[in-house]
This record gives sequence, C-alpha cells and structure tokens, in this order.
Amino acid sequence: MELFTNQILAGISTGAIYACMALAVVMIYQAIDHLNFAQGEMAMFSTFISWQLMQWGLPYWVAFVLTIAFSFVAGIAIERVMFRPLVKAPILTQVAGFIALYSIINSSAGLIWDFTIKQYPTPFGSAPFLGSQLISTHQAGMIGVTLLMLLGLYFFFQYTRVGLAMRAAASLPESARLVGINTSWMVALGWGMAAAIGAVAGILIAPVVFLEPNMMLGVLIYGFAAAVLGGLTSPFGAVVGGFLVGIFENLAGTYIPGVGNELKLPIALALIISVLVVKPAGLFGRAIVKRV
Amino acid sequence: MTTLLNVKDLRAYYGQVQALHGLTFSLNEGSLTTLLGANGAGKTTTLRAICNMVRSTGAIEFEGQPLSSRSTENIVRLGIAHVPQGRGTFTTMTVEENLQLGAITRRDKAGIVADIERMYAYFPVLKARYTQQAGTLSGGEQQMLAVARALMLRPRLMLLDEPSFGLAPLVVRDLFKILGQINREEKVSILVVEQNAQLALELADQAYVIETGRIVMSGAAQDIANDENVRKSYLGY
Repeated sequence: MELFTNQILAGISTGAIYACMALAVVMIYQAIDHLNFAQGEMAMFSTFISWQLMQWGLPYWVAFVLTIAFSFVAGIAIERVMFRPLVKAPILTQVAGFIALYSIINSSAGLIWDFTIKQYPTPFGSAPFLGSQLISTHQAGMIGVTLLMLLGLYFFFQYTRVGLAMRAAASLPESARLVGINTSWMVALGWGMAAAIGAVAGILIAPVVFLEPNMMLGVLIYGFAAAVLGGLTSPFGAVVGGFLVGIFENLAGTYIPGVGNELKLPIALALIISVLVVKPAGLFGRAIVKRV
Repeated sequence: MTTLLNVKDLRAYYGQVQALHGLTFSLNEGSLTTLLGANGAGKTTTLRAICNMVRSTGAIEFEGQPLSSRSTENIVRLGIAHVPQGRGTFTTMTVEENLQLGAITRRDKAGIVADIERMYAYFPVLKARYTQQAGTLSGGEQQMLAVARALMLRPRLMLLDEPSFGLAPLVVRDLFKILGQINREEKVSILVVEQNAQLALELADQAYVIETGRIVMSGAAQDIANDENVRKSYLGY
C-alpha cells in the first residue's frame, strides 16, 4: 500500500509537468485548430531568455515577468510573420511550417547558448513537500501555478468579451466575422497566449529536467498525449489528462511486469489510444451535439 | 426618401466563374426589400458581395461610404448584420452566448443586457432555452436565434439569406410577421433573399427579380406580385 501511494504521488509530480505543457497545447489548438509541433521549442527558448536575464543579474520574478511578456509578443510576431501568409494553405504546408519553426528555434538556441546542460533555479525550493520524499516543494509549487493558470483561463474564456470572441472565432470563423470579430487577430492572440503559457511551463519544468535545447522533446509528446486524453477542447481536461498520464505511467512501470522504465512511454501512449477508441472527444472534451 | 445602400455594376466571381454580371440596385432607408430569383440566379452571391465575402468588382456604397476596400468585420461594424444561409449558429455555445456574440462590437453593457431581454420578448422560446447549446435547437428556433443575434448589433441594415429555408409553413409565417414588426418598429432596413416569392412579396414593399446574375425587374412589391411573368415563373398561378 505504501508503495502504491508513493507511486501515485510520484505520478502526480511528473504529471504536473505534463499538465503544464498540455495547457499550452490546448490553448493553441483552440486558436488554430491544429497542434503546434514547435510549441515545446518555443517554451524552451523562452526559458533560455529568462535564464539569460538572470545571468545578467535580474531577480527571478523580474526575469519571469519579462519573459512572459516577451513570449506573448514573440508568439504574436511568429503568427503574423510566418503563419498568417499560410492561412489558406493546405494543412500539410502548415505542418511543414511547424517543423521548420521547430528546427529554427532549436538550432538558434543551440547556437546562442550551446548544448551543455544548465542548472535552472526554482523559487519554491526543493525540500520534501509535507515530509514526502517523492514530491518536492518545487513540484507542489508547479501544481499550484498550473491550477492558477487553469483558473485564469477558465475565467478568461467564460467571462470576458475577448474570451468569448476567441471561442467564436475558433469554432466558426465565418460567422464570427459576420458579427464583427477580427478573426485574424484572434488567432494571433491565441498564439501569444499559448507562447506565454508555454513559457511558464518551460520555466517550471527546467529545474526538473535541466535547461538545454532538447529539454522539451519528451515533455511535448507527453503534453500532446495529456491534452488528447483530457480532450483538446478543454483546458481542465488537459490538466487532469496530464496528471492521469503521469500516474498511469508510474503505476504501469511499477506493477506491470516487464514494463519498467523503458516501456513506460509506449504504455502511456497505448492508454491514450484506448481512450480515444472509446471516447474520441477525450475525457472532458465537448462532444458536439448535432440535430439531424 | 434617402438611399441607404447603393449597388452599381456589381460583378462577382468564384474562381474563374462569373456569378454576377453587373447588378445595379438601391435600397431606401427604412425599406423592406426582397430579392427574388430561382436557384443559382445569384441571390446569395449578391448578399455575400455586399459583405465582401466573395471577390467582386463594382461600387457598393452604404450611407455614402464605399464598402469594397473594407473587410467583412469592418462592414459589419458599420451596422450591416448578415444572417447567412444555414444561419451561422454557434452550435457549441449557449443561446445566450450567441446573443452576446451578436453584440460583441458594442461597449454599452447595460444596453446589451436590455437588448437580450428585448430579444426574449420577441422570441419567448429563446428565453426558455437560454442555457441550452444552440445546436440542440430546432431549425425554426435556430432561425429565430440567428435573427435575434443579428438584431443584437443594433443594425441599420439587415441582410437575410433565405430565412424560410427548411422551416414549417407556420413557423415561416410567424418569423415573417416578426420581421415586418422589426422593420416598422425598430426602423431597421431589411434586404431579404427568398425562394418563397409569395411570402416575400406579401412582406416587402420593394422587390427586385434577378436572373442569371442580372436584375430583370424592379418595382413596388405589389406591382411585381401582379406582374404576369412573375406570377407564372415564381408564384405558380
């Protein structure tokens, strides 16, 4: 029983990483109806920016706020410069664009900051949380920040004018234009918000996985998985999906003979496929009701 | 009477195919005008060209302002509400959110709340379902929601694309009665495209008949309804 509880706790703490990234994935999916393969690299680049600011002597939270602001603007800029011209292009062209963006950002980060692994500080400390060795104060802080972001997003989408306009633009662009919404800017705004959320995720993840240009590769795959599991249309589902993937991965590694550490990833992905077969909209995704 | 909308030599294209061949017509302030024509005559294209949703040439002026260089959303912001074919309902959102979206360009919170109540008075069925996903409404209810959403803009001109499509005759009667009321009481000018010529001519005061992308007849709705050719081609008696 002890072992079981511990594995759940460990799962929750890795799950927090996935949940954080999944939130950024859902955000961009809401805005552009695709997954952005460069999302992890954008988050990594933002994390490097904050690291650089701290190297220059800025305090953690100042660097944090500046990085979020930079990421928001950079996200909008990427959309305006690179993806707005592709807006009517076929989906494969856009996918090629995402992959290009991925390698551009990855190589630039390597060029500027090289590929050596760097330590990244945490504002929450790394003592055991409430006496448990499996979950540190940093991970607890990370769960807290993720839940705060989730709450913020919920209020933004449900109770603000811009949030409503963004949802409308994402679900039916033509109708949205016909009520006077500038859908093109809504997409750009979605990119900005996704980049900012990704930056928060990167900054929180970096102390755990260490800072280097390839730090987000595995995390993004789990983030996609978590978002798909929870439902790509639901920020809440993405967070729950993140924790579930983390917990399931740990339990499978411990209890299913022969899985161990090496097969954790395929087992987690197998779980996702099984969920999708039974419930294609994900656990919390909104299945669209249609009258026929 | 002042002219609200002036359309001159309007030509519209879908790729290489030309759909409108030089349409000229105008709407008076406060009028209720109908655009009649058979399938494929270019009625929907005309409405879409006014809102710059299809490639077109020619001059369209709304209250003296040229529209051709404006984007769809900027044309809407001038006070032109377009209820598209198929109604354009935000099906995954609630009825009330659909109404709020209609007023998304407005800043007067109190006015928006009051207008939502006014819409519920026009269409009580929407009030009964205000928390429901709009996609679960019946066709008639969705059409009412679409008209209400358009009115939330406080438009000067409302463009309606086949509001009767797919609705039961009784529902259509109700809807048209409300449209007439809106036109008279709220001073909203209306341009309605219809295949149901008889109903449209009863409702409208002005009418244009369009055939293969050209206006072939225009005049007071009453006169058009009495025209023998129109009777034979569109009214069926």
